[in-house]
Order: sequence, then structure tokens, then C-alpha cells
Amino acid sequence: METLRVLVVDDELGMRRGTARVLERQSVELADLGVAVDFSVDAAADGAEAVARLRAGGIDLLLLDYKLPDISGLDILETIRREKIDVLTVMITAYASLEVAVSATKNGAFDFLAKPFTPEELRSVVEKSARSVLAHRQAQKLAAEKRQVRFQFISVVAHELKAPLAVIESFLTMMDDRTLGDEMADYADVIHRALVRVEGMRKMIVDLLDLTHIESGQKKREIEALDVAAIAGDCLENAAPGARERGIALQLTAPGPVPLAGDRGELEIILNNLITNAVKYNRDGGRVDVAVERSDGAVSISVADTGIGMNEAERGRLFQEFTRIKNAKTRHIQGSGLGLSILKKLALLYGGDVAVESEPDEGSTFRVSLRDAGPDAVPPAVAAAANRGDRGS
Amino acid sequence: MTAQNRSDDDRRTVLVVDDDFDFLEQYRLKLEGLGFRVFTAESQAEGEKLIEEVEADLAIFDLMLENPDGGFVLGYKMKKKNPDVPVILVTGVAGETGFAFDAATPEVRNWIRADLVLDKPLRFAQLEKAIDSLMKD
Repeated sequence: METLRVLVVDDELGMRRGTARVLERQSVELADLGVAVDFSVDAAADGAEAVARLRAGGIDLLLLDYKLPDISGLDILETIRREKIDVLTVMITAYASLEVAVSATKNGAFDFLAKPFTPEELRSVVEKSARSVLAHRQAQKLAAEKRQVRFQFISVVAHELKAPLAVIESFLTMMDDRTLGDEMADYADVIHRALVRVEGMRKMIVDLLDLTHIESGQKKREIEALDVAAIAGDCLENAAPGARERGIALQLTAPGPVPLAGDRGELEIILNNLITNAVKYNRDGGRVDVAVERSDGAVSISVADTGIGMNEAERGRLFQEFTRIKNAKTRHIQGSGLGLSILKKLALLYGGDVAVESEPDEGSTFRVSLRDAGPDAVPPAVAAAANRGDRGS
Repeated sequence: MTAQNRSDDDRRTVLVVDDDFDFLEQYRLKLEGLGFRVFTAESQAEGEKLIEEVEADLAIFDLMLENPDGGFVLGYKMKKKNPDVPVILVTGVAGETGFAFDAATPEVRNWIRADLVLDKPLRFAQLEKAIDSLMKD
């Protein structure tokens, strides 16, 4: 229950009391906003008192008589605007002429109440105003949360990029100081590790760009008829040299062409992410099995590896941004911590989802389902919002 | 990595906790060069175990581990076990948050259980000087 503070400004005592009686007895259920509201009512008999109360703050809703003994209601509206007082005003007037309506609205009044009014009319106007006050308040809260999320994201990005920079800087300092000797060969490991970290930073920047394109919804999607099996084949071919080096066998199973309406770039990101992870987190001599098929109007992709796997706690954190499963088995593996979060956002764009099964030291299987993207597909921004909601923020 | 009895090795022992594998290796190279026996851990949890198991002469903790204040906790536990072991906290926090702190006064040293706070990126020459001054008494 939210309580809105109402200030009634009228020179007639009967009006002030009557309004308070009606409002204080009722509460309003605003189902669409998920709140119930009741009212606490203050009153002022003239303009000077009204302005003093408004300046003191805390008033949500002002029921303002147009004709006051000292100053005009319009003067008070002017004061509210000039001093940026955060209050919603309903003008009350016996002279409900079009002229007054126009000038009050110009000066920032939200609505009107013509004297004499019935309790029902009062309730209806106040309910409408309460809805506006609360909707505005919720929008402000949401905007503040968004700012906060963006700020946190930038802080995390900065931290994630600073860590490898500091390592590389320190490696270079070691070389500069000749810490390990005077020969180039003394620094082979140092140079190798520095290059690995540079590569990691590059990958993170590419992933960040993918992620911001998807989230902003600004990347132009080119929806065409795709063959997911063919794209999977291409991605496997790209991964083959790295896999061969470690003796990892790659296998694709598909019943033939697997059609999907989608954006080629997005599908490539999805499959590349799945396949490079399956190779990266595999054991030497292991295997990666990719299966693609279409049934019930959806394409399902499954990528199974024979790698290090995850326990349940690790699995729970998997799709969060910048989460990397850190343990002794993963410390030599570079990653941005963004790949799976990108994957999940893309799957949502296709009305699908990502699921994972995993056993430590036995392997993981990722399953992605995708539906045809079409003109009525969920726009990216909506999907991104849905995804944020998913994580309970 | 097992804790050995100190008597079979007369080198001084240092504990290093940092969540970055490459940093740990850099510390190891440098500190072994300075004649230390080096024990490393990659997380606060492992670090806590190390504090219990190893009799240390010096401890170096990164501030941000799997918890943002992991280094503080390790400093506290180290001092609780042996208040005479010098603790160096290494942090990149100041540059990121503008939240700067040091361990310049006894009051602060009592609150932050560390003898010295060093900023990242760390120059090893600076670390060496710090170790010399902390361990000469």
C-alpha cells in the first residue's frame, strides 16, 4: 500500500472537509501498476499557505481552487513550475470555462474538476492522477536502475580489461629490467604469456561489440532462409585446426539441410560460441559432437563435449556476464566471460533458449532451440529486456 | 603444494594470493630470485588454507579475489594467526573507483590488517624495497 499526500487548497471550509472525507475513506487498487493507494489529506485555505506547504515538500497531489482570496491558482501553478516542485495539480474551479482550462493546462495542470462535483467525480479524477503519479515514479526508478546497471557494466569492463593490461605491463617491465637474463631466449615464456593475454583482450573487445549490437537492437538484421547444418559445418571447419592440434575429433550429425529463417551473422555467433567452447574446455584426445535438426517448427542444436564439465554451482552462474568458471582446470583457458551471455540473448531473439547438462570431468552438452525469425519476431530491445528480467534485476 | 617444516629449508617463506595466474608466476620468479620459498594460491579460499598450513615470514595478498574484499579478510586471518608477519595488500582499486587508502598510520594499520598497501600495476623494484623495509626489523 502506497500513501499519496494530497493538499486541498480552497477558501471554503466545507470544500476542504468534504474532499478530505471522501479521499481519506477510499483506497484505490491500481492493478496495472501492481499497487494499491490510499490518501492522506492536508488542507490550506489560501494561496500563501498553499505555497508554504508545497515548498516544504512531500506533497504528491494538489487539488487547487482556481479562485483564492489572496492569489490566483494560476500564480501557484507558475510558482510550482518555476521552483520545479514535484507535484501533480488538479485545478478546481466554479468557472469551468474553456479559457481557464487552456491557461491552466498550459501552466502545467494535469486535470480539471468543475464545481460543484460529486464524490464519484472527485474519486475518478484523483484515481487518474494517482495512476499518473505512480507511473511516473516507477519510470524514474527504472531509469535510475538502468543507469546503475550501465555504470556497473562499465566498471566491470574496465576491470576486466585492466587485469590483462597490468599483467602485460608487468611482463614488459621484466624484460626492460632484464629480470631473467640478457638473452631473448630467456623470455620465451614471458613473451608467449603476454601474447596469450593480448589475444584474450582482443577476444573480449569483439565479444563486447557483439553484445552491445545485440542489446541496442541497432544492428540491422538480415533475415534470410538459412541452412543451419551448412553453417555448423563451416564453423566446425574453422575450429578444425585448433582441434587437430589437441587430437580432438569433430563430428556433425544432420538429417540433410536444416532450414531456419534467420540472420547469418547471428547464427554464426551462436555456433562459433558453442563449438569453440566445446574445443576449449575439452581434454586432449576428446571429441565434440554437433547435432542439428528441425522438428515442431524449431531448430535444435546440440553440442556435446568430453571436457572438464562443471558442477551444479558453476552451472548456475554460467550465463551471467563476465562469469568465468575459475578453477585449476580453467586457468590456462582464455575467455571473455561474455560468450554464453551473448548466446543466451541471441537464442531469446529466436524465441528459443539454451540449456546445459554437465558432469565434472565427463563433459557438457549445450542445447539451443531456435524458431524462425520473421516480421513478427520479438524486437531485439524487448528480448534484451526480457532477458534482464530473467535474472531477477 | 604441501607445507613443509621450516627446519629443512632455511629460506624465508612468503605466501602470495592473487587470482591471476600470470601474476602469481611473476611473483614466484621475482620472490624466488630474492631468496624466498614461495607458496601461492589463486583464491581467497585457497589462501585461507595456506595461512593455516604454512608458517609464513611474509604475506602478499591481492585485494580483489573471488570476493571484492578478499585481501582484507586474508590480512585479518594472517594477523590473527601471527601478528608479527608483515602483510602487503596489492590493489588496483584506487584507479577504478577513486577510493584510495593506504596503511600509513598505526590507526589505519589496526583497522586494515596490513602493514603496507601497494597499487597495481606493481613495479617489482618497488616491491623489493617494500620487503626490505618491512623485514629488516
